[in-house]
Amino acid sequence: MENLVIEGSPKTPTINFSPENGKLLIKGRSIPENSIEFYKPLVDALENYSGNPKDATNVDIVLEYFNTSSSKCILDVFKKLEKINSESNGVVINWHYEEDDEDMLEAGEDYQAIINIPFKMVEIEE
Amino acid sequence: MALNIYDFYNKMEKDNIMLSFKGNVTSELLTSVLQIMESKMEKLNEPNRVKKKVYNILVEALQNLYHHLDKKGENDPKAHSTVIFMIGKDEQAYSIFTGNYILNVNAEKLRLKLEKINSLDADELKAYYKEVLNNGMMSDKGGGGLGMIDIARKSGQKLEFDFQKVDDDYSFYSLNINIPQ
Repeated sequence: MENLVIEGSPKTPTINFSPENGKLLIKGRSIPENSIEFYKPLVDALENYSGNPKDATNVDIVLEYFNTSSSKCILDVFKKLEKINSESNGVVINWHYEEDDEDMLEAGEDYQAIINIPFKMVEIEE
Repeated sequence: MALNIYDFYNKMEKDNIMLSFKGNVTSELLTSVLQIMESKMEKLNEPNRVKKKVYNILVEALQNLYHHLDKKGENDPKAHSTVIFMIGKDEQAYSIFTGNYILNVNAEKLRLKLEKINSLDADELKAYYKEVLNNGMMSDKGGGGLGMIDIARKSGQKLEFDFQKVDDDYSFYSLNINIPQ
């Protein structure tokens, strides 16, 4: 499977998904008016990946901002990962937030409550 | 000409308006407004926490205007696709004001939704957000109804809103969001 790399823009995050290494990074701002279109390639790539996932999949979410339109798509991404997560194919989501950004921490905790994958809350120090 | 722009200026100055706009909303406009507000808050040396909260809420409020405009068709004689928004700041809080036309048939639904949001406390809002996030259908317009819940949650304030009936078809919907610093 090929890597999926999408360069970031003022309204969309950088996406770097490497199926060979079992690594996914979403980093930056996710505030597009239409997020379904933006996240579709990633959701499709994860669907393919779920057929033959690595023993360990590591996900890093390093978002500065995301809108509610993206929040549904991010949930879709996590739901794909949830299907992969098992004893033989573990998934970990590292949810990064800036130290004084309580809203971003809380957003991570919301996903943690909904999705059956281990979350690690990682504080970014300024 | 009867219009006195100096009166407008003084009124806005008195009300601490930082930025105002009336017209059609495009994706490019929203990008520019967000950039302007970000640099204004940067210059004001706002704490990161305040900057992020205001920016996040502004994104939701402006994208609501972008997604949920009601108009009856291209030949609609009135300017139903134009909106107004203003952003103000005083010592205590940032304020975001938005106004747009809405079909009367949709106004009642929206009013009930806003009243429901205002009836919830912080924990209930969190639970409601998760419920809509997890079970709500994604509309092709975007967040499937999460925007106003998110605004209420992040601002920690009740939403101030009003619907003024304009004619048999339309009302004008005004929303004030206060974001304490």
